[in-house]
Amino acid sequence: MALNQDDVAKVAHLARLAIDSSNTQAYADDLTSILALVDQMQTVDTQQVDPMSHPLDATQRLRPDEVTEADQRNLLQQGAPAVEQGLFLVPKVIE
Amino acid sequence: MIDLTLTQLADGLAQGDFTSRELTDAYLARIAEHDAQINSFITVTEDSARQAAEAADARRAAGQASLLTGIPLAHKDIFCTQGVRTSCGSKMLDNFVAPYSATVVEKLDQEGMVSLGKTNMDEFAMGSSNESSFYGPVRNPWDAQAVPGGSSGGSAAAIAARLTPAATGTDTGGSIRQPASFCGITGLKPTYGRVSRWGMIAYASSLDQGGPMARTAEDCALLLSAMAGFDPKDSTSIQRGVPDYRSALDSPLSGLTIGLPKEYFGDGLDASVADVLQAAIRELEALGVTFKDVSLPNTRLAIPSYYVIAPAEASSNLSRFDGVRFGHRCENPQDLEDLYKRSRGEGFGAEVKRRIMIGTYALSEGFYDAYYRKAQQIRRLLTQDFLAAFNEVDLLLGPVAPTTAFNLGSKNNDPVQMYLEDIYTLGINLAGLPGMSVPAGFAAGRPVGMQLIGPHFEEARLLNVAHQYQRVTDHHQQAPAL
Repeated sequence: MALNQDDVAKVAHLARLAIDSSNTQAYADDLTSILALVDQMQTVDTQQVDPMSHPLDATQRLRPDEVTEADQRNLLQQGAPAVEQGLFLVPKVIE
Repeated sequence: MIDLTLTQLADGLAQGDFTSRELTDAYLARIAEHDAQINSFITVTEDSARQAAEAADARRAAGQASLLTGIPLAHKDIFCTQGVRTSCGSKMLDNFVAPYSATVVEKLDQEGMVSLGKTNMDEFAMGSSNESSFYGPVRNPWDAQAVPGGSSGGSAAAIAARLTPAATGTDTGGSIRQPASFCGITGLKPTYGRVSRWGMIAYASSLDQGGPMARTAEDCALLLSAMAGFDPKDSTSIQRGVPDYRSALDSPLSGLTIGLPKEYFGDGLDASVADVLQAAIRELEALGVTFKDVSLPNTRLAIPSYYVIAPAEASSNLSRFDGVRFGHRCENPQDLEDLYKRSRGEGFGAEVKRRIMIGTYALSEGFYDAYYRKAQQIRRLLTQDFLAAFNEVDLLLGPVAPTTAFNLGSKNNDPVQMYLEDIYTLGINLAGLPGMSVPAGFAAGRPVGMQLIGPHFEEARLLNVAHQYQRVTDHHQQAPAL
C-alpha cells in the first residue's frame, strides 16, 4: 500500500509527532517501502493459526493489590521540565 | 592487564596481582587515550568508578569478595543507572538522570562490579549499525570505515578495543549478537524472561532481552549467572531457578547434534562468511559434534513479522515521552498538543520517527487484523519451525549476519536495506529463544561470528559449546591494532 503526504500527516498526528513539511514526501517514500516489505505476510494463509503475543505463551502474572512502594514524588519529579507544588506544569488546557 | 579476560582478571584480583583501583585506572586511561576515535562511550563515570573500585578493594580485604568483585564493566545506555545520565542514545533523554537503577545494574553492583560508564547505541535501540545515535556513530575498532553493528555497538566496540573487559547489552532483534559478530567478541541473548527488563528502557516489550557481552563464553557464563533470575518488578520475568552456567562449560560435546538450517545458508549469505562457518563446523565435528541439515521453512517471514510487531510495541512504549514528566520539552508551546508534537518531533531522530509511524499505522483503526494480528500469527509459525527442529537436534548453528561489518554510511539512507541485515537474528527474538554470537574467524580483516541457537532456557548448552570451541580456536583472542 502506497502512502502519500496526507497519510503521513494523519499518522504523524495520531502519533503526536511534528514532522517538518519538507520531509513528508521522504517519510511517505520510506513508509511505503517498509509496508511493501511487510506485505509479504499476506502471501501466507494463517486462518487456522492462533496469534502469539508472548514467546513462551505465558500469561501476565498478577500480585495482590497492596501498596508496596513508598512515595518518591520529589525524587521522580527532579527530571521534569516544569513542576510547581508537586504538580507537572503544562500549557493551559481549559480556559 | 587489559589483555586479560574477565575470568583471568577475577583470578588476578583474588591472588592480589593487582587491585581493582589499579585495574580501573588502567581502563579509564585506555578510554581517555582511544575513545575519541571509537566513540563507544556516551558517558564515562570516572569518579564513581574509582570510588567503586576502592570499595571493592576494601570488600576484598574484608574477605567478602565474590568472583566478580572489583571487575570493571560498562552498561549500555539503555539501562537506568541511578544518578547517572541515561540517554538511550537519544536527544529526547539527553538531560535524563535516572532516579533509580535497573535490576541488572543493581545485581552487578551488588557483586561489587565497577561501572566505567554508559556505552553508545542506536537511538532507543532501533538500528543495526549504531548510526542512529544522537551522540554520533561508533567506529569499528577493526576498521574505522566499518560500523560496529547495532544496537549495542558501543558495548561491542569497547570490549573489542579493550576499553572494558565486559559490558551489558540488549537484544530485541539481534542487537547483542550482530555487533558481537561485527566486532569479534562473544555475546549472549538469553531466553525471553530470563533476565529482568525492569529499568531497561522499553523498545518492543515482547522481544527485548538483556544479556552479557565479553571476550569469551566463560566470561559470559560468569556474567549471566549474576544477571539472570526472577524479578517480581518485571511482570514477564520467569519464575525459574538460575543454573551455575560456569559449571556446565566443561561438558564434552560428543553425542551432541547440531542442526544447520538450510534457509540460513542459501542465497544472500556472503561466500566469505559461509567459508568461515564451514571451517567452524569442521572444528566442532573434530570435538565430536554431529551435524544434520534441518529446515526453518518460514524464515523469510521473520523480517515482515518483526517489522510490524516491534514498531507497534515501540509506538506504544514511546508514547511516554511526552515532554511533561521527563525528557526533552520544546520551547514556548502554544498548547498541550503543540507541546506533545514539537517535543517529540524535536526529541526523536528519523529512524525512531519512522518506526513510531509504522507502528501507529499498523495499530490504527481498520488495519489491526491485516498487520498486528497477522504478524502475531506468523510469529507462531516461526516459533513452531524452531520447536520442530529442536525435536531433531540439540542446537542450531548458522550465521549471525549475511556479511561482515559494512561501511559507515552505506545503508543508513535506505531503511529496508538495513532491515534485511537482520534476517538470521529476528526469528530467535520472535520465538523467545536464547542465541549467541561466537568469534569464528575473519573475512578481509573483518570479524565473523557464528550464531548458536538453543531451545528455551538452554543457555548453559550454548555456553558449553562456545567454550569448548574457544578452547581449540584463537579467534576470540585476536585484538585490533588501535
